[in-house]
Amino acid sequence: MKIVVLPKQTFDTEAKITLDAAGKINREGVNLIMNPYDEFAVEEALRLKEKHGGEVTVVSFGGPKVPDILRQALAMGADKAVHVGDEGLEEIDEHTTATILAKLLRDLEYDLILAGWRAIDDGSAQVAGRVAEILGLPMVNMVIKLDIAEGKAVASREIEGGYEVVEVPLPAVITAQKGLNEPRYPTMKGIMQAKKKPMQKLTIADLGLGGEEVAPKVRARRYYLPSPRSQGKIITGEPAEAAAELVRLLREEAKVV
Amino acid sequence: MPQKGGAFLLEDISPQEMFTPEDFSDEHRMIQSTVADFAANELAPKAEELEHQPEGVMRELMRKAGELGLLSADIPEEYGGADLGKVASCIIAENVVPGGSFAVTHGAHTGIGTMPIVLFGNEEQKKKYLPGLASGELIAAYGLTEPNAGSDALAIRTRATLSPDGKYYLLNGEKMFITNAGLADIYITYAKVDGEKFTGFIVERNTPGFSLGQEEKKMGIKGSSTRSLIFEDAKVPVENVLGEIGKGHLIAFNALNIGRFKLGAACVGSCKLALEHAAKYALQRVQFGRPIAKFGLIQHKLAMMAAKTYAAESVVYRIAGLLDEVTADKKEGPAAVEAISEYAIECSIAKVLGSEALDYVVDEMVQIYGGYGYIQEYPAERFYRDSRINRIFEGTNEINRLLIPATIARRAMKGQLNFLGAAKALAQEILNLRPFLPADDGQPLAQERQMLAMAKKLFLFLGGQAVEKYMDKLAEQQEIVAILADLAIQIYAMESAVLRALKAHAAGQGEKKLLLAKLYVHDVYPLLERWAREAVCYLFEGDMRQTQLSIARRLTKYQPEDLISARRQVAAWVLEAEKYTT
Repeated sequence: MKIVVLPKQTFDTEAKITLDAAGKINREGVNLIMNPYDEFAVEEALRLKEKHGGEVTVVSFGGPKVPDILRQALAMGADKAVHVGDEGLEEIDEHTTATILAKLLRDLEYDLILAGWRAIDDGSAQVAGRVAEILGLPMVNMVIKLDIAEGKAVASREIEGGYEVVEVPLPAVITAQKGLNEPRYPTMKGIMQAKKKPMQKLTIADLGLGGEEVAPKVRARRYYLPSPRSQGKIITGEPAEAAAELVRLLREEAKVV
Repeated sequence: MPQKGGAFLLEDISPQEMFTPEDFSDEHRMIQSTVADFAANELAPKAEELEHQPEGVMRELMRKAGELGLLSADIPEEYGGADLGKVASCIIAENVVPGGSFAVTHGAHTGIGTMPIVLFGNEEQKKKYLPGLASGELIAAYGLTEPNAGSDALAIRTRATLSPDGKYYLLNGEKMFITNAGLADIYITYAKVDGEKFTGFIVERNTPGFSLGQEEKKMGIKGSSTRSLIFEDAKVPVENVLGEIGKGHLIAFNALNIGRFKLGAACVGSCKLALEHAAKYALQRVQFGRPIAKFGLIQHKLAMMAAKTYAAESVVYRIAGLLDEVTADKKEGPAAVEAISEYAIECSIAKVLGSEALDYVVDEMVQIYGGYGYIQEYPAERFYRDSRINRIFEGTNEINRLLIPATIARRAMKGQLNFLGAAKALAQEILNLRPFLPADDGQPLAQERQMLAMAKKLFLFLGGQAVEKYMDKLAEQQEIVAILADLAIQIYAMESAVLRALKAHAAGQGEKKLLLAKLYVHDVYPLLERWAREAVCYLFEGDMRQTQLSIARRLTKYQPEDLISARRQVAAWVLEAEKYTT
């Protein structure tokens, strides 16, 4: 079985977000990681490969540090990687990324495409869906259990008050939700072997793309940081008095009750 | 050709020749982040629980670590290892410290527990034990110390006698304070065959006649097991003799070289973690209406914690780089032993410098936490207790200090290091010694580089005088020997700090490192004059003393700089990052 995973490089969950002089998000000195939901996707691909045999290819579009997360996936056990560089693209949006990934995917063989259901940075949750749409593939979103058999994927997803079990024919796009699995750590041997595995570097031009095709449809007009939270209030005193005071403040100051 | 062991006292290298953490490969960086993740998710949550030595928890953590390959960095691939090299081995040792006592168990297992077999084991022994040691199925301990043979390790009384059928050695004696004793499956230990021939043995846990003493109640590292090993006609098969009969001292001392150097790395990791805790605490603890991080005296502490950590880290990875270079084509056996023992002096330096940096750092950590630093609920208390053992085990810092000049002297006698020639040349030069003049080559740290050059001359000057006076009886003058050792240690530390900063500067990444190096050099340098005065006043009397004192003064002269502003700047960086940052 051939599986392609689409991980994205994001800021570390503990990164401090600041804006640079131009009012853009400052990427200087920020620790970059593989989007945690994409780690679930990589892990699931590896488990499926271990069960059914096959090959796992990881593909990512982005800047010069993207090979770090691809190497991580290779160290975890993926077989090969493709990095499409973002050279020459000033601004991108989900349309840009999905167009590029889908174009590349047309040249790859796959039975299954896996991705995290969203990235923790912009949280748009659009790219995998757009890729499925462009390629005309069925898609199951936010999956917490996945079984593959006889050319079909049976995927469970959480819905309000219960679970939904969806069956789709392969090839399909499946996105991972927390709970799908517990991603493994790359082993030391895996890390050393990763550098011997193939990692292809492509440009957008190599894919035959450029200009309007990859121009973003959405432009961010302004970035701004959330206003700092005002200091909390601690109400002291006897429980009965404190409760009365709390209600008064909720009504008069916070105006929520 | 990498610089020879001890040669740093005689010659200079360029910054480009020194390995630094900035030279980590992609693989090194991935190892670093993987181990840090593993430590944060799997080890740190267990650190408190481990303190009570719950049944099976340490073993389980070691097995998990083994699965990941964290036990196999120094083990060749053909025996189930990952053969990652010493830089990676240091990165691992540094990054498992959030596990508290786990780091001790890990260090003893991978260092002194495993290395004797890697370096001295025969083919059968390597095949039999190394795969299990790599995977964590087997845990190793190292038993050298006895009730009456601690620092004086060769004075052990444990005896080994060949059984009448020639198949076993019967061991009798007791080993004390053995890390991992309660946990281990195999023990590297030493006994004197026929009461004379100091010999290494591999003892399996289920050996008839072998038992363990009670768990010791310790000051710190409470999660690690420390017990005595009791041998009462313990039947050890002759196949389990490690190395040659009568050559056990080679194993004992060489295993310690690697152990010491890795201990230095673990100390660096603890320094960083302690500094991170302290910086975060200083930012949230409010007194007089502002976080205590805003106060100069707290900033002073944070800056010096960072500077000492930086110097120790620079030293550890410099040595790791050297060891990787010289062992690239020899991972095991006598060739590897010889290559590693070349750097015995540097390994001792890493141990002393790392453990003393850590003691400084945890002491200031407690102080920053104030009253909360003394309370067990907060992290400083355990760090403070856990740190103290590092100056004692794997050769006390005193023994390591004595070893440094002794090793230099031995190599000088054998003609491996030309100290005598250099000392003679200096004697000529010193009469016309020019007053202090920093090199003006447009490169940063001009004064500090000059200070370093003078410090090397001071070492030669004092060392030369001491050897001339006491000849081969110098070892009896322990205070003088220790002064020479301290000079050597600090020269290596200052040089490593400065060269690393210059290398980073050349790559456009030197800002923080230049200031950390400056802070470190200026913090240490005044000690040099004090040590020199002390040595000179003991070695000489009358007019001679005055002459020599004035030479020492000229050699240790420098232009004071504004360190308060420098510390505030370093502290600002630490506080911005909320952790150690370079």
